[in-house]
Amino acid sequence: MSEILGNILIGIGALFVLFGTVGLVRLPDLYNRLQAATKCATLGTCSILLGVIVNRGLSAVSMKALLCIIFILLTSPTAAHALARAAHISGVKLWNKSVCDQYAEDNDRKEETTK
Amino acid sequence: MARKFFSYFCISYLFWLLLYWPFGVDRIASLQGLLVGVPVAFLVTLLFGGVFARQPEKIFQAKRYFWFLYYVPVFIYYCVLANLDVAYRVLSPEMPINPGIVKVKTSLRSRSGLTALANSITLTPGTMSVDLTEDGYIYIHWINVQTQDVEKASELIVRPFEKILKRIFE
Repeated sequence: MSEILGNILIGIGALFVLFGTVGLVRLPDLYNRLQAATKCATLGTCSILLGVIVNRGLSAVSMKALLCIIFILLTSPTAAHALARAAHISGVKLWNKSVCDQYAEDNDRKEETTK
Repeated sequence: MARKFFSYFCISYLFWLLLYWPFGVDRIASLQGLLVGVPVAFLVTLLFGGVFARQPEKIFQAKRYFWFLYYVPVFIYYCVLANLDVAYRVLSPEMPINPGIVKVKTSLRSRSGLTALANSITLTPGTMSVDLTEDGYIYIHWINVQTQDVEKASELIVRPFEKILKRIFE
């Protein structure tokens, strides 16, 4: 029973990673791609690790998988933030149909006041 | 200071215990592992103790854990919703996206609280935190911009988490 459940979780995880990859190819600019990649990779990987935990029960492997889940939840969004911020600072443009960019507006205003 | 050191020590030792989980094959092996963990955790605390949260003694306040337990299902719900949202946007042929970077305001001030909030925002539907300023503004890349007003955007994006995270981290 637990093996079936674990395999289902691993399957769901693989499916979400696939969605993330499709997003990486289809979406127009870096920021949108980061969104898809971060969300899907995080939940996908966590789901796969959860499947491993369910399959293996309370063992050394599942404890390490649990720690991996915690660290992925902490680091993956942080890495996305760092990449997005670095890209914005080094001048990567948003998609041309984007609605607004209040970050750039505020940065311009700050530069004007310091000049 | 001693209290802070002790808190960090407990956290590092807990991680050691989780890594060492089955505690060896027999009693001597498990005792060895538990004893080795003490100097290791001590050394880690000594080297990296100052880098992370400023008030680690908060981990001993039981009330925060109940709010954390309440936060976990809320977070999982939004996380799954976010993934279904991304799947929908990516797989539908006309790609319904309307992206932009908006600014929201938060009342959280502690560093760990802000980190948790920014991470939660990144993992929830359609939003990703790009940068945060010291006076509590977060810049968010929104895949489907509904409003450009700071107050309304805060209401939509930040409020569901802010209340809970405030009880956990501040």
